[in-house]
Amino acid sequence: MTWLESLPLAVFVMIPLVIILIYALFAIWMERKVAGFIQDRLGPMRVGGWHGWAQSFADLLKLIQKEDIIPAEASKFLFRFAPFLMFAASYAAFAVIPFSSAYMGSNIDIGVFYLLAITSLLTISVIMAGWASNNKWSLLGAMRTAAQMVSYEVPTIMAVLSVIIVAGSLNLMTVTEMQSGNDTLGFLPNWLIFQNPFLLVAFVIFFISILAESHRVPFDLPESESELVAGFQTEYSGMRWAMFMLAEYADMLLLSLLGAVLFFGGWNSPFGGFMDGPIWGFFWFMFKGMILVFVMMWIRWTLPRYRVDQLMYLCWSILIPLSFINFVLIALWEMLF
Amino acid sequence: METFFFVFIATFAICTALAMIFSGSTVNSALYLVLHMLSISGFYLLLQAQFLAVIQILVYAGAIMVLFLFVIMVLNLGEDDTLKSHINFKEIFAFLLGVVVLAQLLYIVGGYSGVLPELTVEQAKAVGTVEAIGDELFTTFLLPFEVTAILLTAAVVGAMLLAQKTSNVED
Repeated sequence: MTWLESLPLAVFVMIPLVIILIYALFAIWMERKVAGFIQDRLGPMRVGGWHGWAQSFADLLKLIQKEDIIPAEASKFLFRFAPFLMFAASYAAFAVIPFSSAYMGSNIDIGVFYLLAITSLLTISVIMAGWASNNKWSLLGAMRTAAQMVSYEVPTIMAVLSVIIVAGSLNLMTVTEMQSGNDTLGFLPNWLIFQNPFLLVAFVIFFISILAESHRVPFDLPESESELVAGFQTEYSGMRWAMFMLAEYADMLLLSLLGAVLFFGGWNSPFGGFMDGPIWGFFWFMFKGMILVFVMMWIRWTLPRYRVDQLMYLCWSILIPLSFINFVLIALWEMLF
Repeated sequence: METFFFVFIATFAICTALAMIFSGSTVNSALYLVLHMLSISGFYLLLQAQFLAVIQILVYAGAIMVLFLFVIMVLNLGEDDTLKSHINFKEIFAFLLGVVVLAQLLYIVGGYSGVLPELTVEQAKAVGTVEAIGDELFTTFLLPFEVTAILLTAAVVGAMLLAQKTSNVED
């Protein structure tokens, strides 16, 4: 595609890592600021000077200095390994995200399917962490997480598949390319969300499910501190805990970017040919992703937490039937129009 | 290069399979099985069956193994409950079944003549794509596909019925 392709492989595959690390530093600061503004306070103001911009660096420095504690009765290898597996699983999924028209880790035909498969390994890492800690809260947290993630995978996959019916391709680059242009109703961009009224419903289902998949409030039962201390992370400290946090933020970004590709045109500019091109494409793509991340934070600091039974009820009795009906309706709409 | 990958993955698959059988703790066994499933999806990739490779990860490593681990954790099997062997009828039966499977495998391997079907590179690449598999499923293999779908639906309905009954008894 471009000069990016001629980079050595080791550098080429590191590009998303740089993006994730910069994003994570920014998102931790943003989370605090958003929380502050929603609760009518200022959030961090002192570190680094301007609006506490260096807060994330200070947090990171603090975490590096912390002692790495491994419980005596823990299963040592699994305990050490789990955080890395978790980050590896979310990082591997970034391979098929088209960051801009010039950069995509691996342009494979079954892109979105690969993404769903590889992120399902996150559940295993959570179980591993919870079981290896040899702690009741960790185990309970891990079991809740496993149940939650396996359940919410179903509506997520159904919502993604209903987009795939309309797009007709599993390759995320192709899905993005077909959304370029501004012809819908004369002025709207050709984004999939404007193509079919039922895709709007699919987006709502998708968004609720990704909130649950990345365990954000109101579905943060895996680490609900008032009942389970910190769920599967209870025994972790220092950099290993930071690895979990990084994986969680990476997962949030990954699912938001997937939403941006599937519903909001990926790297396509909202103004048609204006402000278009690979670099602007990257900007628009991250911008759309960050808006979804912002909405996730907004929800986190606004809504209270669900109960476990309510969480399961919402998934199995509302979202899954709704997503199946919606799937059939989208298929019908595509046949008729 | 392909031979190198094959040998690497094959060794890995055999090692994880053996580790799964000989590992003392149930959870470790299950995790070795996950690794084994992943290496099998590597075989599929080497055979150009990308769709099957992804399905292997999604269904086996992602869903079924999670349920296995879940059940193991719910039952809370400690180190003591694992494979303290006392030979009974069930184990003899399992051994006989294993012998039957081994015999089948040896029969198939013995029948291999070294001649592969004639395929061009394009055809071989197209075999594993989503389009090719979908095409075959909905034309040549439509009846088995639909029968499997009904079977799976029946299993799901059965599972729900069982779950429903136990909760009624508790009430």
